[in-house]
Amino acid sequence: MILDHKIPSGPLADKWTRHRVDLKLVNPANKRKYTVIVVGSGLAGAAAAATMGELGYQVHCYTFHDSPRRAHSIAAQGGINAAKNYQSDGDSVYRLFYDTVKGGDFRAREANVYRLAELSVNIIDQCVAQGVPFAREYGGYLANRSFGGAQVSRTFYARGQTGQQLLLGAYQALMRQVRTGTVKMFNRHEMLDVVVVDGRARGIVTRNLLNGKIESHVGDAVVLATGGYSNVFYLSTNAKACNVTAIWRAHKRGAGFANPCFTQIHPTSLPPGGDYQSKLTLMSESLRNDGRVWVPQKAGDQRPPHEIPEAERDYYLERLYPSFGNLAPRDIASRRAKEAVDEGRGVGPSGIGVYLDFKDAITRLGKDVIEERYGNLFDMYHNITGENPYEQPMRIYPAPHYTMGGLWVDYNLMSTIPGLHVGGEANFSDHGANRLGASALMQGLADGYFILPLTLGDYLARGGLEKIDAAHADFRRVESEVTERNQKLLNARGRRTVTQFHRELGKLMWDYCGMARNAAGLRKALQRIPELRQEFWDDVNVPGSGANLNQSLEHAGRVADFMEFAELMCTDALERDESCGGHFREEHQTEEGEARRDDERFAYAAVWDFNGVGQKPGLVKEPLTFESVQLAQRSYK
Amino acid sequence: MNLTLHVWRQANASDGGQFVTYKAADINEHMSFLEMLDIVNERLILEGGDPIAFEHDCREGICGSCGFMINGEPHGPLPGTTVCQLHMRVFHDGDEVWIEPWRATAFPVIKDLVTDRSALDRIIQAGGYISVRTGSAQDANAIPVPKENADLAMDAAECIGCGACVAACPNASAMLFTSAKVAHLNLLPQGEPERDMRVVEMAHAQDAEHFGHCTNHGACERACPKLISTDYIALLNRHLRQAKFRRAGDLI
Repeated sequence: MILDHKIPSGPLADKWTRHRVDLKLVNPANKRKYTVIVVGSGLAGAAAAATMGELGYQVHCYTFHDSPRRAHSIAAQGGINAAKNYQSDGDSVYRLFYDTVKGGDFRAREANVYRLAELSVNIIDQCVAQGVPFAREYGGYLANRSFGGAQVSRTFYARGQTGQQLLLGAYQALMRQVRTGTVKMFNRHEMLDVVVVDGRARGIVTRNLLNGKIESHVGDAVVLATGGYSNVFYLSTNAKACNVTAIWRAHKRGAGFANPCFTQIHPTSLPPGGDYQSKLTLMSESLRNDGRVWVPQKAGDQRPPHEIPEAERDYYLERLYPSFGNLAPRDIASRRAKEAVDEGRGVGPSGIGVYLDFKDAITRLGKDVIEERYGNLFDMYHNITGENPYEQPMRIYPAPHYTMGGLWVDYNLMSTIPGLHVGGEANFSDHGANRLGASALMQGLADGYFILPLTLGDYLARGGLEKIDAAHADFRRVESEVTERNQKLLNARGRRTVTQFHRELGKLMWDYCGMARNAAGLRKALQRIPELRQEFWDDVNVPGSGANLNQSLEHAGRVADFMEFAELMCTDALERDESCGGHFREEHQTEEGEARRDDERFAYAAVWDFNGVGQKPGLVKEPLTFESVQLAQRSYK
Repeated sequence: MNLTLHVWRQANASDGGQFVTYKAADINEHMSFLEMLDIVNERLILEGGDPIAFEHDCREGICGSCGFMINGEPHGPLPGTTVCQLHMRVFHDGDEVWIEPWRATAFPVIKDLVTDRSALDRIIQAGGYISVRTGSAQDANAIPVPKENADLAMDAAECIGCGACVAACPNASAMLFTSAKVAHLNLLPQGEPERDMRVVEMAHAQDAEHFGHCTNHGACERACPKLISTDYIALLNRHLRQAKFRRAGDLI
């Protein structure tokens, strides 16, 4: 596996501009001769599919949901960053770039991040033009708020549901192209494999979730925009259907997987209830604009919050990080919350939680303003817990939320499989070891609207694609492999449900490869995972048949993939013998308990090559060099 | 708490379907309704039965995937709540709960509680968008939008496309859904150039999908988990009338 990042030469600020001139184009009259397959209809997928449809390509877009609008991008709450500097508070493209690279703990590819910051301004323009109802101030101009890891106010938002509104903008553009006839939607189709013909990605094999049919779909290029793998932990803020399947199957066909251990734990989520808990509910980071995080000074203090006087409260983020305070980046805020709970100072009935208190903000701004900014989030909290956050502090705890790792891509967002491109959370490129808040929406749309449509054109224009169809031997072979795998799951007829296995894997991963990792724990996980995987294949119970709607079979396939992927994730965590961003190795920390990087030995992206299930994967390193920024210990004091 | 559930089971579109009774035992009041169904399903699987099929995804009231009737009310008894956000503390030990899918000609049943809501996508395809090619946008602050309009557009844009409005309506009309999208886009200056096309074509699309007609019953507003107002139905009707009287090229 050879990694050619294709980063253009020249000054950082000019790379993308110059690269666009170098990218080959497809003549307008020729575009309709090409078929592009887009898997996933979230921000990156819908934006890419709609834009390529507008350009005149034939696009086939796949989602396993009943409608493209169900993609998990819909749930993002807080906002989207852009370097518009409307607040005139010192923001610029360079500052957004720098904040993001630093926030990623200097483990991201500099050129990609700079491009992201550049494109952020175009994204906001496009969204407003589509009718995305961003919040506005009284004069009619767009409002902004602050997010973690930044000292400027650069986040655009639509109440507490920015993701929904951005996705609806992209979905509506996609629906326009369906009407126009350039995009064909394949709803309720789950991609189960990529087909590589003569070394190029030429299509996918899907399962129709309604009738169970396994089908081949041929294209000239394939885009995977299938989201992240936080559900390897079972309990995460992700939707239930989110999974690693599409990128994992592509990895097994030759696409390098980069930095799988870079997972993000979000600091403000609702603490888990009981064993029945099916997922964790995110409370947007935007709440940290106005909420103050605290725990009691003394361990074991069980008094209700209003009985604990100010002097006996520890506003630990404000204490430890005077300049960023409650807006310290996610990895740092999450670890401090865990530390407080491990010290016995946690709050709530289970003792697992810290307070996010709005009393001062309500006093200062009035209840109406807080309601306008966060109304739906407060209602959501009240609904789930039965507690009123206008009257008592919210209880929050970190939860798995986002994955910075993903398939390796070059500057054109192409993986190590020619023709296979990857966009959004599914790729590894822009966030390094930790993603800043309000930047996922930014990346998905940058990839989908502005990068993929151009770089795919370049790939197609370079030609060399033979005309093939679904009768081709490679397609037939993959179809039978997929069919056989599903049949094996159905035939197991064991004693434990898919959910039981998923839960067990998730707990194992949370305990040994979660917020804080160490060599002994990772080795333990690496011993247990293959055993659990074998137990799964021997003893899982998947009811029903494959010939109709079978949600257990769908779930089983995804868990089977998690059972393989988890091993790679722990291998990566063990190999990366340093701490950086969301990857915290207890053996490598500063005296103050912050992540200690080892730039001498680990300033690279770890890209893994698949050698077989249970076989040691190969490691290829992409060294990360920085022209524009000085590597430094991240400090938010 | 222990509950008795009567759940609609239907193997596929051509199966007649029927209610089947299940016991939901030892249910914790803090669970959500779907977590309760998960437990019922886990037990069913272990007993060798066929689990109840229902759509769901985000489990936090935003994706619009989930939705079914609980004792005759779409998404159950609490206002502004989807089934995934409904917690069991609303029920009591010994309660009987009737669970069935959305009922509408335009939403054929696929299996158990899963229906085909693709008609809603087709209404959006008819005009629920602003035609702007990627890359042609001007600076985002070039057109100020009065805050009141922006807020009203946002209120309308909150629709999650779940279909509860259709299920609640005795005529199975989709007017609340359609008017929410029309209002969202027509209230913004960016939506102005296509405002007539949008309302006319979306209203036609809705009829073509065999949704019923709106007779101002109001059950939709009460059932809507995002509390969308029937004021938007009035807006749609107004814009539709105006559109019918305007010709292309008129400056008013």
